[in-house]
Amino acid sequence: MSLRPDVLLAILGMAIATYVLRAGGYALLRAFRPGPFVQAMLHHMPGCIFVAFVAPPLLQGGVPHLLAGAVTVGAMLALRSYLLAIAAGVGALWALALAA
Amino acid sequence: MKPGPVVFTRVGALRGARLAVGLLPAMVPFALVVGVVADSKGLSFLETVLMSALVFAGTSQIVALELWREPAPVLGATLAALVINLRLAPMGAALSPWLDRLRGVRLWGTLATLVDNTFAVCIADQRQGGRDAALLLGMGLTMWAGWTTMTGVGHAAAGLIRLPPGHPVFFAGIATILALMVPIWRGRGDAVPWLVAGIAAALAHFAGLGPPWPVLAGALCGAAAGAWRDGRR
Repeated sequence: MSLRPDVLLAILGMAIATYVLRAGGYALLRAFRPGPFVQAMLHHMPGCIFVAFVAPPLLQGGVPHLLAGAVTVGAMLALRSYLLAIAAGVGALWALALAA
Repeated sequence: MKPGPVVFTRVGALRGARLAVGLLPAMVPFALVVGVVADSKGLSFLETVLMSALVFAGTSQIVALELWREPAPVLGATLAALVINLRLAPMGAALSPWLDRLRGVRLWGTLATLVDNTFAVCIADQRQGGRDAALLLGMGLTMWAGWTTMTGVGHAAAGLIRLPPGHPVFFAGIATILALMVPIWRGRGDAVPWLVAGIAAALAHFAGLGPPWPVLAGALCGAAAGAWRDGRR
C-alpha cells in the first residue's frame, strides 16, 4: 500500500486541472455576464455536447453500433428507465456481435 | 419554464442519490477497466483509489494511465486532464440558473462533483421546472462513491478480470449518454443544432483529431448554429 511522491504529484496535477475546468466555466460566466449570443449558445450547449460525444463512436462502429444506439433511444422513449434502456442497448450490440 | 426560487434541500440531494443509483451499473465496466489498467501500470491500490477520488473523470484517467511511466508523468498527466476535461467547463456555465443562487461551499463544492451524467439529468430537471440544486450534489456524491469503489475493486481483482477492448459491455458508456439525451430533447427546434453538432464532431473525428477536439468542435458549432437561428427569429 504505497503512495509515492511523484505519483501523488501527478494525481494532484490532474485533480487541480479538472477542478479548475469544473468550476472555471461557471466562474468565468459569473465574472463576465456574456452577451445574448453566448447566452443563446449556452442554452443549446447541453444537447450539442452529448451529440458530439456519441456521434464519432457510433459512426465509427458502423451499422451494429447505430442499430444498438437506436434500440437504446427506442427503449428509453418506451420505458423511461435509464437502466433498462442501457441494458437493451448493450444487449442489442451483444446479440449483433454473436450473430455476426 | 416557470420562475421560482432555487432551493438546496436534503430531499433534493436524496432524490439525486436515488437517480444516480440507477446509473451506477452502466458505469461498472469502465470503472473496473480503469482499476485494471492502473494496476498494470504499477499504481498501488491506494494510489488508484486516490486518483479516482480526487480526479473523478474516467476518460482523462484512462488517457493519463495509457501514457504512465516511471517516474510518474506529472506534466503529461496534468495536460491530459486539462485537455480531455475541457468539456466540463461549458457544463458548469450552462447550469447557471441553479448555480447563481448558491454561494460558498455549496456552490464550489457542488461543482467539484460535476460529471457528464449528473449534468445531463440536472439540465433535464431544470428545464422541466426543477428548482432544487441539491439534486446535482446528491447525484454527484453517489456517482463519486460508486466510481471510487469500483475502480478500487478493479485494481484488487485485476488478475481475474478479462475484458478485451471492444467488448459489447463497453457500449454501456455510449448507451448511458444516449439514454440521458432523451429527456434533454426539447422538440423540433433542437434538430438543427444537434445535426450540426453531430456533423462537426464526425468531421473532426474522421479528419484524425483525437479527444477532446471532436466534442468541442461539435458542441461549439451546434450551439452557435442554434444561437444564430434563434437570433433570426
